Amino acid sequence: MKTYIRATANISPQQTFGNAAAAVPLLQEPVVQEGNRLRCAEPDYLRYIDAKFIRRMSRIIKMGTAAAMECLQHAGVQNPDAIVMGTAYGCLEDTGIFLKKMVEQNEEMLTPTAFIQSTHNTIGAQIALLLQCHNYNNTFVHRGFSFESALLDAVLLLEENAATTVLAGAADEITDYSHGILSRFGLYKKDPVTNISLFERPSKGTFAGEGAAFFLLSNLASEKNYAALDAFCTFYKPADTKTVVAEIQQFLKEQSLTAADIDLVITGKNGDITGDAVYHNVLNTIFNGVSSGTYKQLCGEYPTSTAFALWLAAALIKEKHCPPVVGAAPEKLERILVYNHYQNIHHSLMLVSQC
Amino acid sequence: MYTKNAAVYVAGVGVVSAIGNNTKNCLQALAASRAGIGPITSLDSIYKSTIPVAEVKLTNKALAAATGISPSVSRTALLAAMAAQEAWDDAGISAQHKWRTGFVSANSVGGMDKTEAFFSAFIKDKNRGKLRDVVNHECGAVTELVADRLGIKNFITTVSTACSSSANSIFFGARLIKHNKLDVVVAGGADALTKFTLNGFNTLQILDRAFCQPFDENRRGLNLGEGAGYVVLVSERVAARIKNKMYCRLSGYANANDAHHQTASSPDGAGSYAAMKGALELSGLQTTDISYINLHGTGTFNNDISEGTAIQRLFEPHYPKMSSTKAFTGHTLGASGGIEAVFSSLAIKHGIIYPNLRLQTPIQALPFVPEKTFQENASVNHVLSNSFGFGGNCSSLIFSKL
Repeated sequence: MKTYIRATANISPQQTFGNAAAAVPLLQEPVVQEGNRLRCAEPDYLRYIDAKFIRRMSRIIKMGTAAAMECLQHAGVQNPDAIVMGTAYGCLEDTGIFLKKMVEQNEEMLTPTAFIQSTHNTIGAQIALLLQCHNYNNTFVHRGFSFESALLDAVLLLEENAATTVLAGAADEITDYSHGILSRFGLYKKDPVTNISLFERPSKGTFAGEGAAFFLLSNLASEKNYAALDAFCTFYKPADTKTVVAEIQQFLKEQSLTAADIDLVITGKNGDITGDAVYHNVLNTIFNGVSSGTYKQLCGEYPTSTAFALWLAAALIKEKHCPPVVGAAPEKLERILVYNHYQNIHHSLMLVSQC
Repeated sequence: MYTKNAAVYVAGVGVVSAIGNNTKNCLQALAASRAGIGPITSLDSIYKSTIPVAEVKLTNKALAAATGISPSVSRTALLAAMAAQEAWDDAGISAQHKWRTGFVSANSVGGMDKTEAFFSAFIKDKNRGKLRDVVNHECGAVTELVADRLGIKNFITTVSTACSSSANSIFFGARLIKHNKLDVVVAGGADALTKFTLNGFNTLQILDRAFCQPFDENRRGLNLGEGAGYVVLVSERVAARIKNKMYCRLSGYANANDAHHQTASSPDGAGSYAAMKGALELSGLQTTDISYINLHGTGTFNNDISEGTAIQRLFEPHYPKMSSTKAFTGHTLGASGGIEAVFSSLAIKHGIIYPNLRLQTPIQALPFVPEKTFQENASVNHVLSNSFGFGGNCSSLIFSKL
């Protein structure tokens, strides 16, 4: 069985969504922000969501549902057979609002809205509600595996013939609270840099990011399909760099591929000197001579950033073009491997090809 | 490679809840009609003397001593480790075989019990609050603490679909076995009581100030509970290598969405109807084959009439025995599907039916009455377990006798 990508939609810090994306060639004029936190470029939500729903929705819920609606529109699918979501942090803004009020008001005079919408499955549920979709609906919340788990659920459903169209996606947001807390853990760069100069001076820390991306996956052939998700896998807490290399080689072997069959490797390099060493080792050991690119200078680092990466890989294959901001253009763009690790705990591989 | 009819067995069970710290103690309480609900003792809340809850009667220190996990981490991880370890030991899987093993867990608010402690200092000064209290805030972080303790590495994930979370984690685990991706999956979920959820449910005005009365005409709401429940799911190949007798088979499951409202269920129970019907279809069973329904039965006005109406639509005119065990354990949210999967497996193994405690006046609009007494020597061949949640997420599981 083949898993096709029939449509995508991606709200990110870049002009990747709606009219803004249509106005300029793919990532030709990258958005540059200084500091250590990339914010999403938000669209006019009225185009995608009923006004009476928008009023109550927090930013991540709006981003998630708008991306889902646009993806379905592109695919020409009204009611998908399943909706599967990944989110590591869930709806942080609503969580923060409810926590703050609970503490400040000493548990009194609280209102339910923020609590109701803080639930991790809110985005998947709101999509179902907007579509009146009674089909399979699931949400995975496993850190750097959240999106990959949603993809796995989607592909299993297709293989079971329980679905022919699955809306799969991921969303995570940064809030002032979460950025403040994660900064105290030393996750982000201390000296001001810009996102696109992230790799110029290797140092500790990365750039915070966020995004909401959706995919219409199908096992049916269609003129609209423009890429195939050939395979993907995850591995958890590899013991050492040798294990990482062995896992990737095994993955390629299972696909009957060698490194030379990959036109472009997109890595999850994020500017953090320790984490990036893992990618350098993989590129030097396995993919010597293979073109490589990066994506976190565009969307920042967050646990479900691989959804941005999958969108990017599919877009590059569709356009047959690799914009300079991603990496040097390879001779051909028929097969792309995305390799990411989140804090060297959650490693994931996604193989995307033209179909 | 997916084999639709591949058998998935329940080889082990583990549970910790307000009525017992392990399977044996929970069974004793169920048989004695002894509920675990009482005043709040563990949370520093203004509702301490007004809102009853169903607390696990072990301190974090005691849980830590029993599980080998640090007492400073989220209580959700401690509860999860307690029940998951019991399930693992119960399954008696020999370490000799290098089975591909997964941990699919669920919870609704991750390490929120610690985060809310952090927050009171943090909102006054963003440089304050102990970072160790938020390092495991994410739902997935809680899962990893337990997976690392159990030494499970091949596959780990976390599901969060509110109150149906662990029903979904269990059937995702079963599917991984049917797809031959894993041989053994420890699946279920956990949730500790937190002020966040207590206050959240309180704003919705669905918390009973007395002991809850699920499926009673005069029900007033739910009691929140805490706990964890896990089953060890194994493939046919693994089952053949285990000396212990399997509890039962997970023969059916389905997930559907009510698509009605973020927190309320539709009047006709569209989502719950579809989940129950889907699970029956997958198992190849008729409604008349079901011996017992472990109801979602939270005790809220809305859930019970919606679930009851869906059951009426699907089962009319032959109703199986049914009861909600939430009258014992409280509503344990992300853990409830796991805990009730354990109770369902035990019902089959021991031929028992649990009472729907405190049922005085059955819901007049419904044509059936849940069981009022504990029954032994019952013929329990197929159990339907319902879990419905916020966001319209409805899931049903069917466990079948071998």
